[in-house]
Amino acid sequence: MTELLRIDQLACIRGDRLLFEGLSLALNRGGALWLRGPNGAGKSSLIRLAAGLLRPAAGLVERRERVALIDETAALDAELPLRRALDFWARVDTVDGYSVDRAMDEMALNNLAEVPISMLSTGQRKRAAMVRVIASGAPIWLLDEPANGMDDAAQARLVAAIARHRANGGAVLLASHFALDVPDLAELDMGALA
Amino acid sequence: MTALIALFWRDLRRAWGSGALWLPILFFLLVATAFPFAVGPDAPLLRRAGGGMVWVAALLAALLPIDRLVKPDKDAGVLDQLAVRGFADEVIAAVKIGAHAIGFGLPLIVALFPAAALLAQDSGRVEMLATGIAIAVPALASLAVLSAALTANHKGGSAIGGLLILPLAVPMLIFGAGMLDPSGRGAVKLLAATSLLLTVIGPFAAGAALRGLRE
Repeated sequence: MTELLRIDQLACIRGDRLLFEGLSLALNRGGALWLRGPNGAGKSSLIRLAAGLLRPAAGLVERRERVALIDETAALDAELPLRRALDFWARVDTVDGYSVDRAMDEMALNNLAEVPISMLSTGQRKRAAMVRVIASGAPIWLLDEPANGMDDAAQARLVAAIARHRANGGAVLLASHFALDVPDLAELDMGALA
Repeated sequence: MTALIALFWRDLRRAWGSGALWLPILFFLLVATAFPFAVGPDAPLLRRAGGGMVWVAALLAALLPIDRLVKPDKDAGVLDQLAVRGFADEVIAAVKIGAHAIGFGLPLIVALFPAAALLAQDSGRVEMLATGIAIAVPALASLAVLSAALTANHKGGSAIGGLLILPLAVPMLIFGAGMLDPSGRGAVKLLAATSLLLTVIGPFAAGAALRGLRE
């Protein structure tokens, strides 16, 4: 089992508050870890630390592969049709249009390709962000509340996408305040750390 | 490299597609139009004062788009997504400065010709104005992106951004307008030197400011 992501003795301070310290975890190929806990427990902060967007107060984050991130923003240009907004990130990630096609298929967004991002619902936007993650081809997925606003069918597609990604040797760090029906899922209760 | 080109075109498309492009250019032309009404249609006076007025108008026009250079990308999470992909903040800043220099500088230089005509500038002075502003555009773009990055976390950031830019841009104003003075023969070299300095510092300073936005 190869390690993709390693977090060692991590501490996080936001504002004046110590969110957690001494947190260690490792994600192997095919692995998935669910960060659970109430609002403010530090789930999103841990995701941002793992993504390298925050500097840890102490400890070490080691990423051995490329990372794809979902957070509360979709990072898709509101004025563009869905497909063109996704194509921008495909060019940044230097993947071909075929990867986007396949990812849109996985999240059932093909019929919305021409709809401007600003017209999409919250759940549809989350699915679009998920397409960006799938199409990027990055082995490490960092998903912060990916299922927010998704209906049951979309959640099932998300779970299926996660399963496929793990089967292909990817790893998933999943922050969610509610349980997703992902099989063989390790858990880390952030609420118990505080 | 393809990623950076995609980023450059995205910035350019957003600048030209949103109509926000026309605001500074329109402002620039409005100032040039209003000035003769304010000081009177005296051609020799207009000719003498008009060149400096073009520079002031260009500088103020450069301040207008500050609030759409960085803040929308930060709010939409685009900057975070780029950082996750390992792009250096300095590189992102350099691409943004380049796109802004083209997106804002080109139309500004085009608008310069009707503006100069309104201010009774002869062809020799128009040529000098165009040269001067073309030299200053990269520096103006650098300063605009820098102050946009510094103020993206603040409400009313563009007002503070203007205050940040002005003192740094004053040397260019002095040397740029100085080019028009018959005795100001070395001014173009000083203008070029100032512009080069600001253009080189820009990506590093703006990159540091972008990094600061994540904390």
